Amino acid sequence: MSLRLPKNRQPNGGRLIDRAKPLEFTFNGKPLQGYVGDTLASALLANDQLLVGRSFKYHRPRGIVASGAEEPNALVGLGEGQRFEPNQRATTTELFAGLKAISQNHWPSLEFDIGAVNTWFARFLSAGFYYKMFIHPRPFWKHVYEPFIRRTAGLGRAPDAETRDADRYEQIHAFCDVLVAGGGLAGLTAAMGAARQGKRVILMEQAQFGGRVVVDGARIDDRAADDWLADVLAALLALPNVTLLPRTMVAGVHDHGYALGYQRVADHEPGADKPRHRLWRVRAGQIINATGAIERPLSFAGNDIPGVMLASAMRDYLVNWAVVPGKRVVIVTNNDDAYRSAIQLHEAGITVAAVIDARPEARGALPARARALGIRVIEGTAIHHVAGGKRVTGVALCRQDGDGGAISEHIACDAVGMSGGWSPVVHLWSHCGGKLLWDEAGAFFRPDPARPPLGHDGQGFVRALGSANGAMQTTDVLADAASAFPAEADDLPGQAIEAEPEGPLAPVWMMPARAQYPLRMKMWLDPQNDVKVSDVQLAAREGYESVEHTKRYTTLGMATDQGKLSNINGLAILADALGRPIPQVGTTTFRPPYTPISMGAIGGEARGAIFQPLRRTPLHDWHEANGASWEPVGHWRRPYCYPRTGESRHDAVMREVKQTRDSLGLLDASTLGKLLVKGPDAGRFMDMLYTNMMSSLKPGKCRYGLMCNENGFLMDDGVVARLSDDAFLCHTTSGGADRIHAWMEDWLQCEWWNWQVHVVNLTEQFGQIAVVGPNARKVLETLGSDIDLSCEALAFMEWRDGVLAGIPARVFRISFSGELSYEIAVPAGQTRALWDKLIAAGAEFGVMPYGTEALHIMRAEKGFIMIGDETDGTVIPQDLGLNWAISKKKEDFLGKRGMERPGMTSADRWQLVGLETLDGSVLPDGALAPLESVNANGQRQTQGRVTSTYFSPTLGKGIALGLVHNGPDRMDEVIDFLGEDGKPVKARVCDPVFFDKAGEKQNV
Amino acid sequence: MSEPVSALPGFQAHGLVDLAEAGPCGMITLRGDLGLPALAAALQRELGAAVPGQRRVVRGQRGAVAWMSPDELLLMVDYAEAPRLTSALEAVFAGAFVTVADVSDARAVFTLTGAQVCDVLAKVCPVDFATFQTDEIRRTRAAQVAAALIRDGDEAFTLICFRSVAQYMADLLATVSAPGGEVGLYAR
Repeated sequence: MSLRLPKNRQPNGGRLIDRAKPLEFTFNGKPLQGYVGDTLASALLANDQLLVGRSFKYHRPRGIVASGAEEPNALVGLGEGQRFEPNQRATTTELFAGLKAISQNHWPSLEFDIGAVNTWFARFLSAGFYYKMFIHPRPFWKHVYEPFIRRTAGLGRAPDAETRDADRYEQIHAFCDVLVAGGGLAGLTAAMGAARQGKRVILMEQAQFGGRVVVDGARIDDRAADDWLADVLAALLALPNVTLLPRTMVAGVHDHGYALGYQRVADHEPGADKPRHRLWRVRAGQIINATGAIERPLSFAGNDIPGVMLASAMRDYLVNWAVVPGKRVVIVTNNDDAYRSAIQLHEAGITVAAVIDARPEARGALPARARALGIRVIEGTAIHHVAGGKRVTGVALCRQDGDGGAISEHIACDAVGMSGGWSPVVHLWSHCGGKLLWDEAGAFFRPDPARPPLGHDGQGFVRALGSANGAMQTTDVLADAASAFPAEADDLPGQAIEAEPEGPLAPVWMMPARAQYPLRMKMWLDPQNDVKVSDVQLAAREGYESVEHTKRYTTLGMATDQGKLSNINGLAILADALGRPIPQVGTTTFRPPYTPISMGAIGGEARGAIFQPLRRTPLHDWHEANGASWEPVGHWRRPYCYPRTGESRHDAVMREVKQTRDSLGLLDASTLGKLLVKGPDAGRFMDMLYTNMMSSLKPGKCRYGLMCNENGFLMDDGVVARLSDDAFLCHTTSGGADRIHAWMEDWLQCEWWNWQVHVVNLTEQFGQIAVVGPNARKVLETLGSDIDLSCEALAFMEWRDGVLAGIPARVFRISFSGELSYEIAVPAGQTRALWDKLIAAGAEFGVMPYGTEALHIMRAEKGFIMIGDETDGTVIPQDLGLNWAISKKKEDFLGKRGMERPGMTSADRWQLVGLETLDGSVLPDGALAPLESVNANGQRQTQGRVTSTYFSPTLGKGIALGLVHNGPDRMDEVIDFLGEDGKPVKARVCDPVFFDKAGEKQNV
Repeated sequence: MSEPVSALPGFQAHGLVDLAEAGPCGMITLRGDLGLPALAAALQRELGAAVPGQRRVVRGQRGAVAWMSPDELLLMVDYAEAPRLTSALEAVFAGAFVTVADVSDARAVFTLTGAQVCDVLAKVCPVDFATFQTDEIRRTRAAQVAAALIRDGDEAFTLICFRSVAQYMADLLATVSAPGGEVGLYAR
């Protein structure tokens, strides 16, 4: 059984726990106790909770394997309600009072799981099972297979749909010369070296500062590693140019020295008034990859039974948390480092039944010391299989170089520590394309210093140091790290280091070396996803040669741990099966994040009211207070209409149209883009931007204009006012202001850089109010103005500057409704004042504000097009009957050549027409007019579609605009459109101007 | 003329920093060749300020001038003064390739003060505050919207954004300056 050693038996053990501060927590509802400083994993082990979950495919019992981020098994559901989160790694979860954890992927219980019957069918659930099984018959996919797979997919359950994350999150931008990933011996040494060179340093450590240096028992500068660590941390904290970030993982390295750090600010104190996670967005001159190494498991039959764990993890639990995995332990290894675990366990009073060493001989200093302590070392030997179900009961041994035919010995034990050597954590090195070398001596991939990830200057911007760089011996780690930022003086800490040297390891990818199938199908590579040695070998036999394909076929390394323990072992098996050297097979791609980061951290502060910026006009508050029903337009909100109490939106819209046509309506048009184009070349520039001639426009006059992209497609429209000889004010669509501003700057900066034109975006300087209806002039005259508003003095499509109601104003006489209409632009800060005066003065005319829907109906009644309704990026002005707005005199304008291409001049293009249903009903928006014929794919061909459709209160019937094949030539023809119910609706093709074609209403 | 109304009159919030909307501020965009002698003379005459160098703010007796781009300045004066100054400068530069525009109403202005002001701003602005000097301006973004920052002192910044997103900016800054969110990056 696993247990916590009492303090009197392990006086130096448990360096991270505070035995004076016990904590209560629960696992599957069972009350348990741990200490401040425990991880959930160490606390579970202290309570002999070996079984922590079930595997994905076979529902096999799973125990804790590791002590850090590489843990594949110990994933739990953490918290409750609004703080419930699945798949939380127990090894990296700090224990806190009241922690509630539940195990995953079992039914009805962790101890007894029906799904475990899958293991009986393991022979049929081999690699590629899903692909082979769920293909035929085809129709089964949708109705049988997909629902089944969806139900069984995933380990943990998703939080309840109704819950909302109770915590807050944030991000921060930071800059430094050197970002150090990892606060172990290498990282701390590099950080100190860089800091002493005056560099700005940020050091991020995901777990414990010091890394493995204390656990491995090194002595530095003639002091215990613990003391050295305390001194170095104190020295770094005192430096103003160093930022130490605990509980922070460098999640990813991106181009240009950009790195993401994931700080778990308050995971260990839920409910604290703090951001739970903070995402660091760091720009670093150089990134130091000091992320250490991860011990590899060994592949032997039954290596997934709870109680089998990494030999180094046993040492971690003992030294850091005074927890041992069993009372009688067997260590199995191919290297000397694992002897440290055997020796430390022995010294803690645990029986080490044997060290099983796969090497023919183990003659290094560490094996010698183990022998001297009386530990039995069995050389040239493999574990034939592990005995046990939900926990280890013993091991059977055989010769490593055989096929497992003969069992040499049985040893009873309750835990097995395995070590297959160490793999450098090269993820950060690799994220931006750093290349790896195969290190024959250590049997691992390490960063190739000649091929680092390159920055903008062609120089490497990531450097790996220490174990991450393949320096596995403590003395080498220090030497490597100290070389990165060499000190002038020799006062760097960590000058003298003592650690026992290690002898060479022997690569061991399978135990025994020539194991037969019955053993191989019980050797787990990936215990979370249940990928075994036999699966990878099967994939190779079925023709999978690429490691990337094999990964996806077998799901090796696709679990939430992303193969931190399994990848190297798996590709070694694949290389062996393919008969190729390991470096030729290569690794799968390392991608950020290193371990999963929360969606909350990615979203940061952007939730609730600040999820997305909401743009407000100067009249927003008035609209809100007056019951506006909103419509999003870009990031703006515009009133769709203003329903009165008990009134439907439709009824409100009808009322607003009628009032405006009959008397007086007001529209908040502030969202219209207003771009000032000014300079000696402004006229020339305008002529290039717009399809029509703008340079001939006289000051004081307005002209409607169209803007096309280079392909001739219509992209924006609006009224242009000429302010002076060298200045134009361009009105754009509400959603188009920023886009068109950027479009203008693009041409000015990149193509016509020598043209003397400035563009200034004045969109938000002015609020703009449309005063519309037969009484528009009367109400403006009531307000008092120095502008002569008479029909003669301010004609249609003219503008004047002056003062209106005591407010400096620019009055445009323009109309998007067909009514007598003025748009008044005033400084944004005085827009509300003008609006209030208009509402007051308009009372005698029954004035009403109207929203965007009334605007749309009135413009459609007049046959005016709307960008985004009549256009969709494939429509040219000619399609919309706007040939009159395309200059034939101009030598060039943007889109001119595009419009001349055969596809654009084809007689077969769909063109704008009006549509009237025979029964007066309203056509569905976007409705298609189908033909009888079908295309090559068997789809019905079409001859037109509806682009705008409304009920016109003015005409008392449904009206629509649409694009119809040869439409203008088919006046009065009746064609079928598809109705909401799929039944045809008959509509007559007509002129798109439904109302007041002569324009009598606006010319008064 | 009606009393000018700023975007969020009277807005204040107090958390890790003191946050306030600054009320109506006069602002004029001036685009043109910043090396024009007439431009330097006009700024000296009207504001008592020199032409600022790259990313600098020059504070004169009657207003401040901020460098916005190689061909753009931002003039900051009393709100009531902006229309007159705009007209005056337009007259000075009539016929020249210089553009003057009153943008006082297009903007919202916030002040942020306090020992943690850099840490708070770093949460939303991709700016290195360690190299951000007093009387320097940076055109950047605050989370999802454009913003300009002027450093008024060690612990004081002015933030300028578009008027339409003033409420977003106020909510954003108040959110990231909520107590408990201390970082310790700049404020140690």
